[in-house]
Amino acid sequence: MRAKHLAAAAAAFGLLALTGCGAADMTKQGSPYADAAGAKSVTLSVQSWVGARANAAVAQYLLEHELGYRVDTVQVDEVPAWDALSQGRVDAILEDWGHPEQEQRYVRDKKTVADGGGLGVDGHIGWWVPKYFADAHPDVLDWRNLNKYAAQLRTPESGGKGQLLDGSPSYVTHDKALVKNLNLDYQVVFAGSEAAQITQIKQFAKDRKPFLTYWYEPQWLFNEVPMVEVKLPPYTDECAAKGDKDPDSVDCAYPTSRLKKYLNAGFARKGGDAASFLKKFRWTKRDQNEVAQLMAEDRLSAEDAAERWVKRHPDVWKEWVA
Amino acid sequence: MSTTGTTTPRSVATAPRAQEPAGRLRALLRRPAARRLLPLAAAGAVLAPLAHVLWGSEAWPDALSVSLDGPLRSAGDWIVDNRDSHWLFLYFFGYVSAGLIAAVHAVYVVLLALGWAGVTAGAALVAWRAAGVRAGVTALASFAVCGLLDMWVPTMRTLALMVVAVVASVVVGALLGLAAGLSERAFRVLRPVLDTMQALPAFAYLLPVVLVFGIGVAPAVLATVVYAAPPMARLTALGLRSTDRGVLEAVESLGATPRQRLLTARLPMAREQLLLGVNQTIMMALSMAVIASVIGADGLGDRVYQALSTVDVGAALAAGIPIVLLAVVLDRTTSGRTSRAVVPRGGTSARTRTATTWALGLAAIAALALTVPDTWPRSWTVRIARPVNQAKDWLVDHLYTGLPGIGGTADWAAHYTGWIVDPLRDTLQGLPWWAALLLVAALARAIGTWRTTATAVAALAAIGVMGRWTTAMDTLSQVLAAVAATLVLGFAVAVAVARSARTERLLRPVLDVFQTMPQFVYLIPVVALFGVGRAPAAAAAVVYALPAVIRIAGEGLRAVSPGALESSRSLGATGRQQLLQVQFPLARPALLLAVNQAVVLVLSVVIIGALVGGGGLGYEVVFGLARGDLAVGLVAGVSIACLGLMLDRVTQPTKGAHDAR
Repeated sequence: MRAKHLAAAAAAFGLLALTGCGAADMTKQGSPYADAAGAKSVTLSVQSWVGARANAAVAQYLLEHELGYRVDTVQVDEVPAWDALSQGRVDAILEDWGHPEQEQRYVRDKKTVADGGGLGVDGHIGWWVPKYFADAHPDVLDWRNLNKYAAQLRTPESGGKGQLLDGSPSYVTHDKALVKNLNLDYQVVFAGSEAAQITQIKQFAKDRKPFLTYWYEPQWLFNEVPMVEVKLPPYTDECAAKGDKDPDSVDCAYPTSRLKKYLNAGFARKGGDAASFLKKFRWTKRDQNEVAQLMAEDRLSAEDAAERWVKRHPDVWKEWVA
Repeated sequence: MSTTGTTTPRSVATAPRAQEPAGRLRALLRRPAARRLLPLAAAGAVLAPLAHVLWGSEAWPDALSVSLDGPLRSAGDWIVDNRDSHWLFLYFFGYVSAGLIAAVHAVYVVLLALGWAGVTAGAALVAWRAAGVRAGVTALASFAVCGLLDMWVPTMRTLALMVVAVVASVVVGALLGLAAGLSERAFRVLRPVLDTMQALPAFAYLLPVVLVFGIGVAPAVLATVVYAAPPMARLTALGLRSTDRGVLEAVESLGATPRQRLLTARLPMAREQLLLGVNQTIMMALSMAVIASVIGADGLGDRVYQALSTVDVGAALAAGIPIVLLAVVLDRTTSGRTSRAVVPRGGTSARTRTATTWALGLAAIAALALTVPDTWPRSWTVRIARPVNQAKDWLVDHLYTGLPGIGGTADWAAHYTGWIVDPLRDTLQGLPWWAALLLVAALARAIGTWRTTATAVAALAAIGVMGRWTTAMDTLSQVLAAVAATLVLGFAVAVAVARSARTERLLRPVLDVFQTMPQFVYLIPVVALFGVGRAPAAAAAVVYALPAVIRIAGEGLRAVSPGALESSRSLGATGRQQLLQVQFPLARPALLLAVNQAVVLVLSVVIIGALVGGGGLGYEVVFGLARGDLAVGLVAGVSIACLGLMLDRVTQPTKGAHDAR
């Protein structure tokens, strides 16, 4: 009897699949919360670092208040965000730090993602020490002298070596390879998330303890904990080419990269005002830091921080919505 | 997955306990547990030297590892490349995904249409009818607080996702449970699967669904269903199988067909277990719905996740409180039914009265939904983030370091890591691999069956085969240290609870709240207090696992018969003797169950602790999710599953006992 039921169910399902509505393409399925009250809606991907949240906050505010869209934001890590963008789960990434493999796959091969132009901000990754430590020991700023300070930078997590504090595993990093290839007496310790890393840095700064950390610019934390970059062997094209082939062989600094925007290809074509607004969205490091600091340090909600910036700088955004 | 482990000759192994002092040995031998270990000891004595000669005595030998990187990477690439064109995705996963999205959308639209007044009144009405006036008032107040905290929309999104996930989990779970309850063969197949799923940390489920469905609500619902359906299935099966034989025979002799027997006798008699199953499913679904924010489930979990990225404990708490309130309301409403089950069904007049109440209530809700504006009024919100953050900063300023005499939390963290976890990790990593397997076998055999022993050993071996031995030992050391801390604290409190009913009454609501808090919320304050690393992960794990340990151990100790206590007292036993020689031994099953729960719960948080620098296997899962790297993430996820399975089998005292959570 049960077999009969099963067969009936299978037949019904099969019929439904074949006659009912044909293929169910997952790339055409948006968020169930989108367009709920009949509004036009845009979904932005927000990455976990605060700069990316600042971009999204201002874009959201202007889309909602100037262009009449409803905006949803989803927090996703960088690589999955590309995937989501390609599937149309999100419409735009506003700050990408360079993912050559994904660009090749989605922009050039599958053509499901479209280039959205530059953000206007240059990003730079490097190793940094607090200013108070660099002032007391100026020679720490050359990587060749780092081993001299390893003992001072020891922590319970670094197992007898100096600690190089890294953040979220999702960020672009070759630190393990660098430590190995430059023969540094350091242990890479992953804080696990940027939040944890910031907490740890602030805690160190409060006690004026020395530390060495993977960090990046632009970042609002510099306003609060002044840091100075440690010089690594200079970045060269040969080194980059070597690193592309074998990531474990990298032995030079990180490049300075132009941060870019990417849109879902369908959205870029048919997204109307929202798409053209996001393509034109372009500001400076100072603008971004202003919003980021309002959010992360003054603890304003994303909306309040964006509102404050929008009131102060109409000259910057007027042309985006024109 | 764990079957790969059986390729090693380690399935039978032994106890290294043979060199105990002779007197104790004899005492031990009198116990059945020790006698059971003898064959193991014999087998181990033969196999261990052999293993040593063949593969050495260090960490897991490379000769016995299989790298899955290549195939997994190409599988991942294949899925990404074919996701929008292959029939499997278009005609199967596509429908699943579309169906889930449509369902969540439908529920969400209804909730929005009801508006805040309608939803609040509706929840209060349902809670009141199901579990009494107090539950109704709780529901009313809880939803009002969600609105006050400016969390109305996220709460509704989580609720919409929850409704769909819970319905799906209950249906799937009940069907599986029905099969297992009615057919012996299905039961034998399902049981180990369900047992395994019970011990898996939520984090391990995320990557596979993300890969197939991308990020978003559909994979979040699916991960939630996979996580929340097993308790329903277990309890349904348990309820059906424990039906009184006498009653069944009586029904059969009255000439009932199998279907009548099921509907009129077995299901009604399993009612209590079924309701308990629904309750547990709801609670597990809620905790998973929050964790699923990592893969793009919107709602309250996403708010917590976003707040954590700015180290905003206040905002995280503002989103965490509605989660706790939802949990309390759902828990009270669904567990309230159990006690009402004994109330005899009333006559016609009672039934009309119930119908009238419902009709009036629904009419009132409809009226509210139509008249009151849908969105929660903005002027009625309270911002708690700022004061909470100030309080947190004050605490951190005053506790972090340099407290006279006891040092600050930073010093404790350093001591915990340097004196406890590090030596433990080094010991575990330095342990010869065959010795680790033997140890696990001995522990599992001491309290379990041959089958649980084999499973535990195979699970541990599988981790080695997949090449995650060293990392897994790191995670294991964190789990063991945190479990030890949990048990010491938990048993101490449990003793106090068992002694005084007043302590119990005071602690109960606190425990309730702590047990339902999303694990995420714990992570950031512990970072502030203990820095980054393994210490904060352990602190979060201990806080998360304590309530269950206190509850189970407390109940076990309280259940010790007063007669036994009385007679020991009349024999002149001191309070301490009474505790150690009467209460603890008599409450042994409950205490073992508490250990088992502690291990499972601690593991789940230690894994999430990777987000605050815990490292180990959890870090690899986070890495895999963040980079979309199936090779790293899936292997680590499976290793976590194996570790959980091993720990569960090693601590699982008797079959079926840990259904009662």
